[in-house]
Amino acid sequence: MNTTAHGFKERSVKALQNTTLQEALARAYGGFVHKRQAAIDALPEFDALCEQARRIKDHALDHLDHYLEGFEAALTAEGGKVHWARTPEEACQQVVAICRAHQARRITKGKSMVGEEIALNEALEANGFEVVETDLGEYIIQLAKEPPSHIIAPAVHKTRGEIAQLFHTFHQRIERSQPLAEVPDIVEESRQVLRSVFLSADVGITGANFLVAETGSVVLVTNEGNGDLVSTLPPVHIVVSSIEKVVPTLEDVTTLLRVLGRSATGQAMTAYTSLLTGPRRADDRDGPSAMHVVLVDNGRSAMLGTAFRDMLRCIRCGACLNHCPVYGAIGGHAYGWVYPGPMGAILTPRILGLRAAPDLPQACTLNGRCQDVCPVHIPLPALLRKLRMEAFTQRITPPRARFPLALWALLAKHPRLYHGVMTLAAGLLGRLGQRRGRFRTLPFARGWTEGRALPTPAVQTFQSCWKHRRRSDPS
Amino acid sequence: MPSESIGGAPGTAVRPAVDGDCVAHFTRRITAAGASLVRTESFATIPEAVRAFLDELGFSYNLVCSGERAFDTIAWPAGFTLALRTAADGDHSSLTGVVAAVAETGSLVVAAAHHSPNTLHFLPENHIAVVRTSQVLRHLEDVWRLMREHSGMPRALTFITGPSRTADVEQTIQIGAHGPRRLHVVLVDA
Amino acid sequence: MKVRPQRVVGLLVTCLIDLFRPNAGFAAVKLLEQAGCDVVVPRAQTCCGQPAYNSGDARSAQAIARQVITTFEAFDDIVIPSGSCAGMVKIHYPRLFAQDAQWQQRALALAERTHELTRFLTEVLGISESGATYRGTATYHDSCSGLRELGIHAQPRQLLASVTGLHLKELRDWESCCGFGGAFCVKYPELSVRMVSDKVASIQKTGADTLLGGDLGCLLNIAGRLKRQGSGIKVYHVAEILAEMAGHAPPIGEGPNSQ
Repeated sequence: MNTTAHGFKERSVKALQNTTLQEALARAYGGFVHKRQAAIDALPEFDALCEQARRIKDHALDHLDHYLEGFEAALTAEGGKVHWARTPEEACQQVVAICRAHQARRITKGKSMVGEEIALNEALEANGFEVVETDLGEYIIQLAKEPPSHIIAPAVHKTRGEIAQLFHTFHQRIERSQPLAEVPDIVEESRQVLRSVFLSADVGITGANFLVAETGSVVLVTNEGNGDLVSTLPPVHIVVSSIEKVVPTLEDVTTLLRVLGRSATGQAMTAYTSLLTGPRRADDRDGPSAMHVVLVDNGRSAMLGTAFRDMLRCIRCGACLNHCPVYGAIGGHAYGWVYPGPMGAILTPRILGLRAAPDLPQACTLNGRCQDVCPVHIPLPALLRKLRMEAFTQRITPPRARFPLALWALLAKHPRLYHGVMTLAAGLLGRLGQRRGRFRTLPFARGWTEGRALPTPAVQTFQSCWKHRRRSDPS
Repeated sequence: MPSESIGGAPGTAVRPAVDGDCVAHFTRRITAAGASLVRTESFATIPEAVRAFLDELGFSYNLVCSGERAFDTIAWPAGFTLALRTAADGDHSSLTGVVAAVAETGSLVVAAAHHSPNTLHFLPENHIAVVRTSQVLRHLEDVWRLMREHSGMPRALTFITGPSRTADVEQTIQIGAHGPRRLHVVLVDA
Repeated sequence: MKVRPQRVVGLLVTCLIDLFRPNAGFAAVKLLEQAGCDVVVPRAQTCCGQPAYNSGDARSAQAIARQVITTFEAFDDIVIPSGSCAGMVKIHYPRLFAQDAQWQQRALALAERTHELTRFLTEVLGISESGATYRGTATYHDSCSGLRELGIHAQPRQLLASVTGLHLKELRDWESCCGFGGAFCVKYPELSVRMVSDKVASIQKTGADTLLGGDLGCLLNIAGRLKRQGSGIKVYHVAEILAEMAGHAPPIGEGPNSQ
């Protein structure tokens, strides 16, 4: 996927002014938070499960090559084929080659964020394949030619009015008079339209929520059931997964499933959780005759030896997005690439480079709520600070931010100078604003005063008053 | 099936407490997830339970079904047709067994196999699943034990927890996205 | 009769209180002295170094941290009337010196004796009664660093519950950030103003006439937005109420002629 992550600031302001988007976000933001909270309140073991989930992911990352090889061996033994791709280009080439080898024309897809990451749809379409997304949210944004704005709810930024409009534009079968006013109408319309697509596809492509090394199984978690139709109906199933999704055993994946659903949608278990282990067996009556798994690195192995290894524990539940006040205010598109919110603010600069996304690590108050709700305890604020340090050291932080900081640091390192300057500042500004107690506007503090009054400094600093008190109070 | 060189992650296992009667727990959870459930005392009364479900919705008695051995022993009344095959577009209702059920999450466990085509679980509008009370396991992990004791993992193993749903339009939960619109559990005391 | 020598407490005033709200600093002094502490305010303090740390300037942050450690390590206890500055000293100083065992040791030793004001009063000194009076209905803003890094939530409420005449009404979204975030509020003013507007709306929904908090950064931000909207809600640092010193200065963002 192309990135516009460098334009974050501008896009975030536009998002704040977009009333339709604000309407959609206002509806979604609280819902996720409350559903998650209710699910956790109902499970006293939740914290212990999260701790266990963290340990499992850490262990798997410690022995990543071992478990990936184990996964490959186990899946191969069941008749599946594993392909290794270092870059997005390699991954796309491999998928295209498989589709060509099977003389495919129409491809159905289940939602895959790695697919978005490697721009798979664009690559397939450029090679003449027809690609249809089948997750309703992904289908909607495919029609709208937009990127997903949330990792588990790709069309969360769209209102039902906008969706109905899209269906009227793209679905020839519906009558103009059919209003599609209500949510059930929209869902029914997509079911009708996509049914024939499912049945006529030559290849089905899905992502993977987890890979199980022990059995060579690909784990797919959905609510719509589209993932199961995509992986069962066409003669070929291709899975696109990043390498960090592997876990050792079936027991391990069980723990992760217990925290994933609850953190994402507040569900103890989604409607469909499938473990797919190879192509159809000799006497099976349905299922694909070939199963391929493309394992994509795209920057993951380079993160392993660094502090950012913690980020590889991410299980893509979206809780950090749902609890982030910045994401809640502007939605996902402003972030400019596949992954938005706190996890995206770390992954995007890690995968694409800090210069491609200089704002993302900065546009955060470090309030820490994301870390609180992360089921695998990723220290997101600490990683954002780490990125800020890299940006500072590599001089990606712009001079207009560095200069005031340097000046302030110089003062802070010299207490006598500092107190002298503060006494002057207080004397001047304090007296200037003394009567009203606040400034309406100040030339050097426009960022503050455009939306807020600035409370005035006191006429005398604490330290000046304290000095006087000590003088008059010899005890 | 398990490769011996691969161990699991260290640490003591934590499982959600599932207290008391597993069948009661399962019943509560799966109905909370949007499935309908009827309990019946024997295999002989399954047709009655299926008929009641289909009648209420006005569907025909044509069923595509899996090759459960138990189904063969049942005397299906006149008017019922049962076809053991993969599901196709236009099949309204499927009748299948399950390999297990899980009390912890209120899930059915279905597996693709020769006698149990996977399309039966996903393509028809109504999925009717027969669950024996003896099949209800306490925790998700108990399913893995079952798999290991038998022939290993099937091509596809699915935990089904309620009918198909989506919340992709305005975060409003809507039943009947791409999979079955209705999940009906016939729980047999057996 | 005192059985042990008076505790000598070093007060880290914080740069924001020093410049913007000395009254909150004196309120903290009063609370500590009432509790029998000997309060010292070292002149060599400036700021805890958060602006540098959160902007990625680790080297300046380390230099400032060394200065704070040197200035304060002689005290029995170090008390800070701010959750975020206390979090900086307690949580982040040791991390800053991850590559420097000697300074890390000193940072850890200091961190152990550093306390946010309301926690020090309640959990270290065991105070539950403030003896103060304040007539009004207040709501409380939990600062994110205080809440999540230090677990400050019950402590100020426990103390406020003993204030005669004060009625406390909770914010519905008490876990949400107010949008201050240090440099964030001037780097991304539109985002910050949106966040503080949401916060202000929820403060107004409580019907409270007073907003209290333990972090001056948040309070300046929220007061600034309240006053821009013409709200009469009074904003104070929690110490000012507990020390019954609200009357010693106009509320934050107000002056004698502010109406």
